Amino acid sequence: MVEALFWPALLAYGEAAFAYASARTARAATWGVRLGWLAQTALLVTQAERAGGFPWSSWAGSLNLFVWLVVGAYLIWGCRPRFRLLGLAVMPLAAALFLVARIGGGTSSGSKSGYGNLFLVLHVGLVLAAFAGFTLAAALAGLYLWEERRLKRRAADILRLRLPPLASLERLTWRTVAVSLPLLTLGLAAGIIRQRERGGSIDALEAVTVVTWLVYGGFLALRPTGRRAAYLALGGFALVIVARLALAGGHFA
Amino acid sequence: MTLTLVGLSHHVAPVELRERVTLDLDAAAALARSLGDAVCLSTCNRTELYVDGIDEHTVLAALEQIAGEPLDGVVYRLHEDAAALHLFRVAAGLDSLVPGEGEILGQVRAAYESVEPGPMLDHVFRQSLAVGKRVRTETAIGESPASVSSAAAALAAQVFGDLKGRRVLLVGAGRIGELAASNLASRGAEIAFVANRTLETARELAQRFGGQALTLDQVAARLGEIDVVVSSTSAPGPVLHSSDVPAKRRTPLFFIDIAVPRDLDSDIARLDGCFLYDIDDLEAVVAETLAGRRAEAERAEELVAEEAERFRAWRASLDVVPAIASLRARAEEIRNAELAKLKGRVSDDERRTLESVTTQILNKLLHLPTIRMKEAAVSPDGTAYADAVRHLFGLEDES
Repeated sequence: MVEALFWPALLAYGEAAFAYASARTARAATWGVRLGWLAQTALLVTQAERAGGFPWSSWAGSLNLFVWLVVGAYLIWGCRPRFRLLGLAVMPLAAALFLVARIGGGTSSGSKSGYGNLFLVLHVGLVLAAFAGFTLAAALAGLYLWEERRLKRRAADILRLRLPPLASLERLTWRTVAVSLPLLTLGLAAGIIRQRERGGSIDALEAVTVVTWLVYGGFLALRPTGRRAAYLALGGFALVIVARLALAGGHFA
Repeated sequence: MTLTLVGLSHHVAPVELRERVTLDLDAAAALARSLGDAVCLSTCNRTELYVDGIDEHTVLAALEQIAGEPLDGVVYRLHEDAAALHLFRVAAGLDSLVPGEGEILGQVRAAYESVEPGPMLDHVFRQSLAVGKRVRTETAIGESPASVSSAAAALAAQVFGDLKGRRVLLVGAGRIGELAASNLASRGAEIAFVANRTLETARELAQRFGGQALTLDQVAARLGEIDVVVSSTSAPGPVLHSSDVPAKRRTPLFFIDIAVPRDLDSDIARLDGCFLYDIDDLEAVVAETLAGRRAEAERAEELVAEEAERFRAWRASLDVVPAIASLRARAEEIRNAELAKLKGRVSDDERRTLESVTTQILNKLLHLPTIRMKEAAVSPDGTAYADAVRHLFGLEDES
């Protein structure tokens, strides 16, 4: 059953990743995103049902959940014809990470973690949801920088290969961070409370996540505009990548 | 029913002639009504009469009377499918001076709604409106600006998104600057200031846009209050320098320089959050978008051809309609005659049951031949089926 759901989801994400390359096939790409996300949702439900709890606390499992959250965030905020190029940035990444999650065993039936379900949902779920939001914000910031550069250089095709307006990209980046940071705050708080109860020292992942929180907190507090805002959103995302890929392995060991 | 088109357009007629035959909506409708079953589409680029069952010489004579000269060499006459295809291309903006311009669809709709056309014209015009809408939905042919002033407004929107509430400073009260300002205003921007060498001229234009008039030396002081600058003076040197632009701003500043020689210091483009487009940049953007329109036009032509084929199929199906109607009438006649023989021999309930059953049998029996005849009507020897049915069922006398 899990196998039967993984491949359709990957196929649909892959189709979307390619179909977003052309405006003519953008509609088919959007359907790929929708259907793939539904298939992955079914996959996650099946995994949770079989494990009888929260089976995504391994790095590969959490990557699987992360992809689902990223695509979900994209479906909510960015899945519009004018944002085709955002899809072109997000969907290949989502498809590739989904495949990596499978290679790492994160899409198999999985087993229930030794941690309590409520804690895992609050901690892992919320932190990953926040990271997914930051990923989307980074993609929007990247698009902002690209569009700003084209406008500055007075690219003749600026109205032909049309992106959303700079103001929309900037506003959407800020809003995405504004929604994601409270999720990270709650997720971090759950982890810190748990750690205090059990004792133990702060590890590298936790330290990087706290720095990430500070960067995005500064982003919201200072509310920079233009290029500065885009660079800050991308800087925060660099920390998310470090936390997500380089340091995640030993956190739940 | 015979669809005929007689008309002239910018492709074949010079403007001196076109302006003589251009009619306003009421006059065009009156002309159409005077001819009979007709629709008159009259714009600055074309005057076309679509008629059903009216001799083309009568139509041409009506046009010549308006033009006041013979039009034999400049009018085109198209019939049936060719006339429909032409109308579809017109509604899609493919026959326009600027491919994909959107105004023509509204003009086709207005022409159609100004009269009460018969079934043929009603069908072809309704389909043309659907074609025009489909082309605009399924292709990007109408999305890009086709003039320097509309490109300037589209670029400002690319920076700010919605231009509602954005404040514009117009430097120079020339025609081209006014056009750009009108385009920005049509997208919701506020023309806050109009600056000119002579304050009186600035005041006149500012009054029209509801803005405030300035002299040129007051411009720099207002840069902190606005979002867009449109400059089009005939000054020999720069009117604004990069040092005039306030350094600390939270929102971008968009400069449009339509003047030759240029009004705005090119160093402005290097400032953070400032975007500067001069006339060459704008013309390059327009050229690129027009190239894009032409590429989209190819896709639009495919859609139009598809719709023209559908029209052909519909028109062909009209040829077999009388045969289908006769066949159904004959079958119904036989059914009624047989039911009449049972009068008094069956109860009311039984009669109702028999009527229902026989109706169902007839419908089921005639369904496939009806579909086949309509399908076959599209092929070159399509009417042969209808003839065969007439012969086999003895319907010749009725038709």
